[in-house]
Amino acid sequence: MTEPLLRASGVGKRFGGFVALAEIDLDLQNGERLGLIGPNGSGKSTFVNCLGGVFPSHDGSIAFAGHALHGLAPHRRARLGLARTFQLPRPFAGMTVLENVTVPLLYTGTPNAAEATARAYACLEQVDLAPRARLLPRQLSQVELRRLELARAIALNPSLLIADEAMAGLSHSEVDQILALLFRLNAAGTAVIMIEHVMRAVTEFSERLVVFVAGRKIADGTPRDVLAMPEVEEAYLGTRAAA
Amino acid sequence: MSEAALAAPPGLAAPPRGGHAVFWGGAALLAVALIAALRLLHNDYAWFAGYFILQYVVLASAWNLLGGYAGYVNFGAAGFMAAGAYTTIVLRKALGLDLLPCIAAAACVSGLLGLGMGWLTLRLRGVYFAIATLSLAVVLHTIIVNWDYVGGSRGAYVVPSRDTAPFVTHGEYVFVVMLVLAVLAVGIARMVEKSRLGLGLAAIRDDERAAEAAGVPTLRLKLIATTLSGALMGVAGAPLPHYSAYLNPEAAFSLAYGVNAIAMPLIGGAGTWAGPVIGALLLGTLQQAATVMISSALNLLVVGCVLVAFVALAPHGIIGLFRGARR
Repeated sequence: MTEPLLRASGVGKRFGGFVALAEIDLDLQNGERLGLIGPNGSGKSTFVNCLGGVFPSHDGSIAFAGHALHGLAPHRRARLGLARTFQLPRPFAGMTVLENVTVPLLYTGTPNAAEATARAYACLEQVDLAPRARLLPRQLSQVELRRLELARAIALNPSLLIADEAMAGLSHSEVDQILALLFRLNAAGTAVIMIEHVMRAVTEFSERLVVFVAGRKIADGTPRDVLAMPEVEEAYLGTRAAA
Repeated sequence: MSEAALAAPPGLAAPPRGGHAVFWGGAALLAVALIAALRLLHNDYAWFAGYFILQYVVLASAWNLLGGYAGYVNFGAAGFMAAGAYTTIVLRKALGLDLLPCIAAAACVSGLLGLGMGWLTLRLRGVYFAIATLSLAVVLHTIIVNWDYVGGSRGAYVVPSRDTAPFVTHGEYVFVVMLVLAVLAVGIARMVEKSRLGLGLAAIRDDERAAEAAGVPTLRLKLIATTLSGALMGVAGAPLPHYSAYLNPEAAFSLAYGVNAIAMPLIGGAGTWAGPVIGALLLGTLQQAATVMISSALNLLVVGCVLVAFVALAPHGIIGLFRGARR
């Protein structure tokens, strides 16, 4: 068994007396496609924030690419190849689309401005956003903002991408566009954790599905097996009686 | 990523980084022309009025490094300015040093003060950070008022040096010193803006959490900005005792410095190197005109009126107006 790319052991997070996350164990292999689902407030984003370093202190331990992440600032995690997108797109509003993607390149191993610009343009081409390179983020549509988030993540040359509700609020065809991008990225070797409420996308994309409920992991397996589990159906999709 | 993918994309240039030689050359020519023009006037007041305006070019450019580029509003500009001024007084009294070494020392003292302030407060954001910087100025003011060595609340005199050659008068000497400092401050701000550091600070201003996720070492960049900004504010204040020959805490910690340091970049266009220069030239000249023609008590009223007008009509300042017209 090879060393997993990501190993979370007993990860927990409290906010005062509220337990947002408890005893989460999760391994992820290189190039794996993992779907993470759960109702609102189940701890998915808290877990992502623990991985990304937004919450520097939490219970348990997280190792990524052979490095213990405890106490590591978010920018150092990004440099290790751990990239994330945000639930609501968070572009650098005062910069052009191209400059938005240049920032991660300049700070993660491409200090030469001309080279960083060329690489940023290549990242924009990967997400079909190159023709919009000179625009400001406020001139982009919702799906284009999602693609910009992905381009900024791709610029980190990640070995793991956490896509946090990258399809929220998108139309059927726009979801397909983002799915195609994630498949392309995964085909190039990047492991992806997809956190999503759009079940069609999660089931189509994920080769493994994990379910969080009330801060705990209640299921971990293939999408088919997990979605057939009665406790998942009850907790996430609602009880048959309720339906 | 293939080499083909790395070829320069059509119609897209690298972020502008050049033009430094043109800037420095142009600034030097402008400075020489300004000195020559003021010499022709044969009026000592012109040197002092010019100094007054140029000190605000330095102060506003310094404030802009943190407030404009990184979005962290420093209400304690007067504290840094006073730290520079009192460094001059201490070194003059203790070692008899002339102005130029005092300026270098003021940059070090205020830079360290900025670094310390940043270390203590940069985990705060928004209004909490602003209040913390204001508190720093209040603490420094209290220390100076109770420090007899620098004159306490009575103030201290600095007897200007009689030997100012090759300058004709003492007024010309302090003006030229401040002119050089202003060119340096604007040049440094311009280099920061067009550098990797500038882009990182802009990312912090736009969205700090997203900047961290994009690999930007936010705390380190902010500490660099507070240090550089503090050092330049101290530099702006260092010649003050030589300019006025007397300094007391009320003058050194004047509300006018704190207000102008913020108002000038906002009116000119915060986050750009030219904005604070335009704001300082505009507001500085207006205040000098008000002082001469009406009353010095009206200075802050002028600043307040112009600031209110710009916040209402042009929130991105004069530079923003031009950019808006171009788009």
